[in-house]
Amino acid sequence: MNAGLFFLIQLLLALALAPLLPGIINRVKAKVAGRQGKPLLQTYYDLAKLLGKGEVISRTTTWTFASGPGVALAASLCALALLPLGGAASPLAFGGDFLLAAYLLGVGRFATMLAALDTGSSFEGMGASREATIAALGEPALFLAFLILTSLSLDLGRGAELSGFDARAAFSLSALFNGDMAAFQEAGRPELLLAPAVFFALLLAENCRIPVDDPTTHLELTMIHEVMVLDHSGPNLAMIVYGAALKLWFFAALVAGLLVPPLPLWQQAGLSLLAILGIGAAVGLVESGMARLKLTRVPQFLGMAAVLAALALILTQAR
Amino acid sequence: MDFYLASLCVFLAGALYLGLAAVVASFRPPRPRRSRRLNALGAACAALGCAIGFIGAVQVFVNGGSAARLLWGLPVGALALELDALSALFLLPVFGLGFVCALSGGIALRHVRPGEHNLAAHWFFFLLLLLGMAAVMCARDAIFFLLSWEIMSLAPFFLIDFNDGDSKVRDASWVYLVAAHLGAVFLIAFFVLLWQTTGTTALSVEACAPLADASPGLLSTLFVLAVVGFGAKAGIAPLHVWLPEAHPAAPSHVSALLSGAMINAGLYGLLRALCLLGAKPSATVLGNLPEWWGWFLLFLGLATALLGILKALGQGNLKRLLAYSSVENMGLMFMGVGAGLAGMSSGDGWTAFLGFSGALLHMLNHAGFKGLLFLCAGEVLHAAGTVRMELLGGLQRKLPLVGAAFGLGAAAIACLPPLSGFASEFVLAMSLLDGAAFPGVVRQLCLLFALAGLALVSGLAAALYVRAYGITFLGEPRTGFAANAHAVGWRWLWPLALPAAACIAGGLFAPYFFDLAAGTATSAIPLPQGMASAVSGAAAQMRQSLAMIALVGGGGIALAFCLFAARGLLLRRNGLFRENTWGCGYQASSARIQYTAASFAEPLARLFAPVMGLKTRGGESQGIFPGGAFFSVSAPDRLRTLVFAPLFELVERICNACKILQHGKINLYILYILATLVGLLIWGLTP
Repeated sequence: MNAGLFFLIQLLLALALAPLLPGIINRVKAKVAGRQGKPLLQTYYDLAKLLGKGEVISRTTTWTFASGPGVALAASLCALALLPLGGAASPLAFGGDFLLAAYLLGVGRFATMLAALDTGSSFEGMGASREATIAALGEPALFLAFLILTSLSLDLGRGAELSGFDARAAFSLSALFNGDMAAFQEAGRPELLLAPAVFFALLLAENCRIPVDDPTTHLELTMIHEVMVLDHSGPNLAMIVYGAALKLWFFAALVAGLLVPPLPLWQQAGLSLLAILGIGAAVGLVESGMARLKLTRVPQFLGMAAVLAALALILTQAR
Repeated sequence: MDFYLASLCVFLAGALYLGLAAVVASFRPPRPRRSRRLNALGAACAALGCAIGFIGAVQVFVNGGSAARLLWGLPVGALALELDALSALFLLPVFGLGFVCALSGGIALRHVRPGEHNLAAHWFFFLLLLLGMAAVMCARDAIFFLLSWEIMSLAPFFLIDFNDGDSKVRDASWVYLVAAHLGAVFLIAFFVLLWQTTGTTALSVEACAPLADASPGLLSTLFVLAVVGFGAKAGIAPLHVWLPEAHPAAPSHVSALLSGAMINAGLYGLLRALCLLGAKPSATVLGNLPEWWGWFLLFLGLATALLGILKALGQGNLKRLLAYSSVENMGLMFMGVGAGLAGMSSGDGWTAFLGFSGALLHMLNHAGFKGLLFLCAGEVLHAAGTVRMELLGGLQRKLPLVGAAFGLGAAAIACLPPLSGFASEFVLAMSLLDGAAFPGVVRQLCLLFALAGLALVSGLAAALYVRAYGITFLGEPRTGFAANAHAVGWRWLWPLALPAAACIAGGLFAPYFFDLAAGTATSAIPLPQGMASAVSGAAAQMRQSLAMIALVGGGGIALAFCLFAARGLLLRRNGLFRENTWGCGYQASSARIQYTAASFAEPLARLFAPVMGLKTRGGESQGIFPGGAFFSVSAPDRLRTLVFAPLFELVERICNACKILQHGKINLYILYILATLVGLLIWGLTP
C-alpha cells in the first residue's frame, strides 16, 4: 500500500477519533469515583451543538480575539501532520521537524493568550499570565526530552555504519518516534524509560490536566486554560475544544510512538491506536488519584520533568 | 564599490550642507517653511544614500567583492576600504534600515516647531551616523577603523539627546557616551597591541601573518580586549547597561537604527577580529584558535540572552523592554559565534558552519523585526504621548495598522513559524543539536544544555511579546493616554511596510536568506578543508528543512484563513452578537481591573527574582478604615546600581582627591615644574 495514502488514512483517523480522548478520560474518572459519567461521545455532541450556535463576543475585542481559535487549531493540525501516525512516517518529515512541531504548538498558545488578553477581563489576563509562565518553563523540558532521542538516533546511526548525514537527516519526528526506542530499551538501557515518562508529564502540563491545571473546576480563579477561553462561544469555542483534543492526541501519539515496537504495518497502526486510547485512560487514572498542585508548585513539577530528561540525556551521552 | 562610494559621497555632501545650515540655525531659528525643507532634505539625503548603498551591497553578492584605497591619506595608516561579502552582509541592515528610518523620521519630524529643535543638526548627525556605520563595515586599516568607529559612536550622542529639555534624556545620552568610550578604550588597546605585533596598521589576513607565531597568551589577551571592546557596543552582559538607557530616550527612528544596525557593529568587529587572530599565511584556513574562546562566547551569549529576556520581562516602558530584548538577541548571535568556534576547535563542521550562519542570519532578521517594533513604539508614543504600558491598552482599535504591524513584529521576534525569527533560531538550534557528536561527554552536554537554555529563552520571549503586544494594544484603554490616542493613518506608516515585509519574507523565503548568510559565513570564515563535505551536507539539509518549514507554515496560514472563513459562513447563518466582556458575575467592571504589565510578569518575576530584581513600593492598605493605597513596581538594572554606579563613584572620589594638586596657585605650579626639572636632571645624571 502506498505509504502516503496510509499516512493520510491514519491522519484522518486521528482527526476523527481525537474527540474520543477527553471522553475516555472523563469516563475513567467517573468509573473510579463510582459515578455513571458523561457519555463516551460527549465531546462530539458538544462540537455538533457549538457549530450550530451563534457567537456572543465582547465589545472590547478585535480581530485578534476572533481569529485566535482558528490560528490555534490550524497550528495544531500542522503539528499533527508532522507526526508519524500509526507507524507511518509523515510525508512532510524533514530534519529538525520536532523543533517546528514544538514551535507550532507555541503559535497556538500565543494566539490563545492574545485572544484572552483581548477581552480586557482580569480573569482571562490571569489565565494568560499563568499559561505564559508554564509554557516558558515547559519548553526546556520538552527540548531536553527530544534531545534524548536525537542523541540516541545519532548513536544508532553511528552503530549502523551510517554516515553522519543520514543520521542527522533522521532528526525528524518520523525517525525518532518509530519504535526504535522500544527495541533499544529491550537491549538493556533502562534509563531510556525516563523519556516516555517525561513526555507523559509534559502531556499533563501542556494539555492543562491535573496536577497542573484542572479542566473541570468551577472557579475561575483556579483555572488556567479554561479561564482563557471564557469569552469564546459558538464555532470559535468548537475550534478550541477540538484543538484541545488534537493537542492531547499529539502528545499521546508521541508517547505511543516511543512505546510501540516496530511491527507489520496494520498491526503497528492498531497497536498505536490502542496505546493512545490507553494513555487517555492513564490520564484519567492520574486525575482520579491526584489533586491539583498549588500554582506555586507547578514550576517544581516542570522542573522535575526537566531534571528527569536531563538525567536521561546525561546517561545516554555517558554510555 | 562604485555605488558604495557614491552613497558615502551623498552622506558627506548632505552632512556638509546640513552642518552649515545647523550652525546658521543655532544663531537664528529658521522660519517654519525653511525648517520643514531642511527636514525633508536631510531625510531625502539619508534615504537616497541608503538606497544607493543598498544596491552596492547587493551587487557584492552578485558580482563579488572589491577593494579601494582613497588617494588622500592619514598621517598614520591609510584610507583603505574593502567591500567583501561579510562587509556587504552587515551593510544590508545599515542601508536597509537606514532607508526606512530616514523616511519614517522625516515624516515624524515634519511637524516639529523650528524653535524647539534644530532639525538641520539632527539630520547632520543622522547622516554622520550612517557614514560612520558604512565606513566601519568596510575599513581595512586600524586607524581608519577607529576613526569611523568614533564617528559612529559619537553621532548617536547628539541623536539621543534630541529632547534635551528632559533631564532623563540628558542623563541617558551621557550614560551612552561614557559606555561608548569605555568600549573604545579597549578597542584602542586591541588595535595598538595588534599594531605592535604585526608592525602594520593594515587589517588584512596577509598583514596579520606574524600573529601565527604569536604566543597563546598574547592571542588570548587580544581576544579578551576584542570581546570587551566590541561586546560593549553589542550590549553583551555586563556591558549592556547603556542600551536600556539610550534606546528609550532617543527618538524612535534613531532607536530603531541603533538597535537594528549599530549594535551589529559589535558582532561584525568581533568576527573580523577572530578572522585576523586566526589568520594563517600559508593556508586560507582559520588556524587553531584556543578552544576556550568558543565555549566562553557560547556561555557569555547564553547568559546575556537569559539576562536580557528576564530583564525585559520586568520592564513597564515599551521602548526599554525592546532595548533589553536587543540585548537578548545579541546574546543569541554571540551564542552562534561561540558554537561556531567550538565546532571548529572540536572538528565538527556541521556545528561550526551552522553556528556562524545562524548568527549572521539572525543578525539580518533581527534588523527587520526590531526596526519594525521600535518604529511602531514610536507611533504609539506619537499617538498616545507615552510608551508606559501600564497607562496604555486597547490601542488596537485606535491604531489598527500600528497594532497589526506590532503584532507581526512580535510574532516574528517570538520565533513563531513561519516568520523570520523562527528561521534563524532554527538554524542556531540545529547547530547546537550536533553537540551529541562532539568528542568528550562534557563537551556534548555543554552544547546540548545550551540548546535547552535556548529553548528557555525562546519560551520566555513568547511570554514577553504576548505581554508587550497584549497589554499595550489589546483590552480596554487603562487611562486617558490610550483612550484619547489620535489615529495614525497610512500616510505616516508606509515606510513600515518594508520591515514588515522583511519579517514575512525572512520566513517564507528563508532558504534564500540562509544561502546569503551561509555563503557569507563560508567565504569570510574559512573552515578547515576536512569540513568541506560536512559543510555542503549541512547547507543542503538546512535549505531543504527551511523550505519545508516555509511550506508547512504557508499551509498553516492558508488553513487558518480557511477556518476563519468557515467560521464567518457559520456565523452568517447563526448570528453574531456583541455584549460586554463576561465579568464572572461581577457587573461593575472597569478598565482598571485588567491585568497589567507588572501582574502579567508576576509569576515569572517570583521564580526568577534574583535575576529580574523587581523593586516594589507600597502595598495593601492596613487597618479597619484603610486610607489611600498605592503600589508601584520597577525593575532597575542591578548591574548598574550595584556595580557600575559604585565603580564610577569611586573613580570620582579618587579624582576629587587628586584635586589637591590642582589648587590654582601659580607659584606652586611653577614649583611643580621646577621639581620635575630637578627630578629629570638627577635621573639623567645618575649613571
